[in-house]
Amino acid sequence: MTTTIYVPRDSAALAVGADRVARQIEAEARARNADVRIVRNGSRGLFWLETLVEVTTPQGRVAYGPVTRADVAGLFDAGFLSGGAHALNLGLTEEIPYLKKQERLTFARMGVTDPVSVADYEAHEGFAGLRRALALAPAEIVQQVLDSGLRGRGGAAFPAGIKWKTVLAAQAPQKYIVCNADEGDSGTFSDRMTMEGDPLMLVEGMAIAGIATGATEGYIYVRSEYPHAIATLDEAIRHAEQAGFLGDDILGSGRGFRLIVRKAAGAYVCGEETALLESLEGRRGIVRAKPPLPALQGLFGQPTVINNVITLASVPLILARGTDFYRNYGMGRSRGTLPFQLAGNIRHGGLVEKAFGLSLRELLYDFGGGSASGRPIKAVQVGGPLGAYVPESQWDLPLDYEAYAAVGAVVGHGGIVVHDDTADMSQLARYAMEFCALESCGKCTPCRIGSTRGVEVIDKITSNQNRPQQVILLRDLCDTMLHGSLCAMGGMTPYPVLSAINHYPEDFGVEAPDRAAA
Amino acid sequence: MKNLGIATSIAAAHKDMPGGLLPALHGIQDALGHVPPDAVPVIAEQFNLSRAEVHGVVSYYHHFRSAPAGRLLVQVCRAEACKAMGADALLAHAEQRLGCGVHGTSADGRYSLEPVFCLGLCASSPAIAVNDEVHARITPALFDDIVEEARQDS
Ligand SMILES: Cc1cc2nc3c(=O)[nH]c(=O)nc-3n(C[C@H](O)[C@H](O)[C@H](O)COP(=O)(O)O)c2cc1C
Ligand code: SF4
Ligand code: FES
Repeated sequence: MTTTIYVPRDSAALAVGADRVARQIEAEARARNADVRIVRNGSRGLFWLETLVEVTTPQGRVAYGPVTRADVAGLFDAGFLSGGAHALNLGLTEEIPYLKKQERLTFARMGVTDPVSVADYEAHEGFAGLRRALALAPAEIVQQVLDSGLRGRGGAAFPAGIKWKTVLAAQAPQKYIVCNADEGDSGTFSDRMTMEGDPLMLVEGMAIAGIATGATEGYIYVRSEYPHAIATLDEAIRHAEQAGFLGDDILGSGRGFRLIVRKAAGAYVCGEETALLESLEGRRGIVRAKPPLPALQGLFGQPTVINNVITLASVPLILARGTDFYRNYGMGRSRGTLPFQLAGNIRHGGLVEKAFGLSLRELLYDFGGGSASGRPIKAVQVGGPLGAYVPESQWDLPLDYEAYAAVGAVVGHGGIVVHDDTADMSQLARYAMEFCALESCGKCTPCRIGSTRGVEVIDKITSNQNRPQQVILLRDLCDTMLHGSLCAMGGMTPYPVLSAINHYPEDFGVEAPDRAAA
Repeated sequence: MKNLGIATSIAAAHKDMPGGLLPALHGIQDALGHVPPDAVPVIAEQFNLSRAEVHGVVSYYHHFRSAPAGRLLVQVCRAEACKAMGADALLAHAEQRLGCGVHGTSADGRYSLEPVFCLGLCASSPAIAVNDEVHARITPALFDDIVEEARQDS
């Protein structure tokens, strides 16, 4: 009998040698005359356990990890093809507490299926949402997205249904769906995991968005740092076309939708939606002033829905299971789940999908197991490089867009970067300014010049040249950037800077905490 | 001359594609390892743009390079999650091991060192990429092994 073995093809598994492990398993099986079939699945997102190898047994899938090439012979000796005991045996995958405690809605198939197999996808609820959408009028689909409470997962948390409604109402010869897969934020990888581990979910979400708004073409703008994601998406799109889920006549419905993958070129600001459109049009990715809104004049001047990967990937389930099912997760105006991403100095880094409302402390300790270094955790940056550093006094706040906004922080894309007590917050603040200077599109002065001045001022503070005046100057500069920038690049760089100086003044040589701003 | 011919035919193949300039530049860089400055006029001609516009696009994006890289392009992540796990020290080690500074190429043309701002491996930091192959949880010793192995393969 053939034994099915799963070895992830996710970048984070490849980066620790998953290909070698797969090759070794193949070689070892041949040498022992064992009948095995290797499936390259996505990652379960338990990255400290990669390469996580799973074996199908009558009891269910049994996990072994972290497996290196050198472990493979020993695993065969221990009878791992039938779930045998071994130091790396983690028991049934689904029973691993880190996974079991999650609420996986969007990531339910992640690591379970073969990412590019349409049959596997359909066997796990795939395309159920698209089939339902095809039976509805466009306005009904949009209403479901509105009712679900789904807000954009790319950072700004704008209600997805409102954008869709605007595009549906617009009259134009051509409309577009654009997927923002630029994922430039440090500490975020859920878009990458989706494109590598369950790309058909994104394909399905975009097709639904097209049918809902009357757009017949979609573009996925993927960062060049993600070559594996691009290759996997291309493969998945080809398979979806062959199976009739994309093309001129989706499942014989008479409605068409085509998908095109475009590779970005390493500019962080191209994650900003209007800069992204400029880039897709073949120009420098410089931010456009709004209005006009992209929903009315977006790609090539046509009405365009632009959404993040996870926003679009959340839609198939909403259509398949209904709006109430989705709404019933979460709290306040933050409905559904968010794939939180635990990164940096954390023992159990990985992906944790939970409903909004859990606390950072739960994520850091119940899931993350504390710092990787074993030292106390000092600061946690939530929401990417433009997000605030959250001090321990705020770790019990619920993760909810409004609760975070109330303390001058952001949930953003759900990225969580942990720093232990060796971190120097003045240097992290300096880095935030330096990053802004490097990545600014240059269109407006507060961001373009302010960020360079910010680096200089922080250097003066840390080297104690006129420290008290320079601190005033820094706050002033942050205020100008906050209020005078055209987009959130310059407008949010003050978040990490001010939170660092406000919550960790000692790192700047500032004694009395001065809580004047955010 | 051969390079110019390749650049011209790639540009011609993309000129009617909506927003085709970036795909064309990617194609040229994939084929030639960089976007040669003397290809800019022919690209501009194909796309009916000014040379300044094409040059502006090439220079705006960090990914495009105007000069060839060393045989091994080593990218070290410098973003926050990798910093939290020692990326600064790793970069210093890389400079020493490769014999070149950030944005530099070693004297023997073997290595180029570039910073990168997140490879999406932030839960397994610090991370690097060598000629697009990703590696995570990098220590200085592991860095040396990876570079040595890639050198032998290349
Ligand atoms: C500097 C900057 C970078 C951004 N980067 C991203 C990104 O990488 N991915 C993303 O989805 N949104 C990013 N955004 C947010 C987008 O502008 C936009 O809000 C989002 O794509 C809309 O999709 P959503 O409503 O589904 O979140 C960025 C914004 C700014 C200002
Ligand atoms: S804030 Fe910065 S990135 Fe945004 S438009 Fe202004 S200069 Fe460009
Ligand atoms: S911060 Fe280095 S890989 Fe994301």
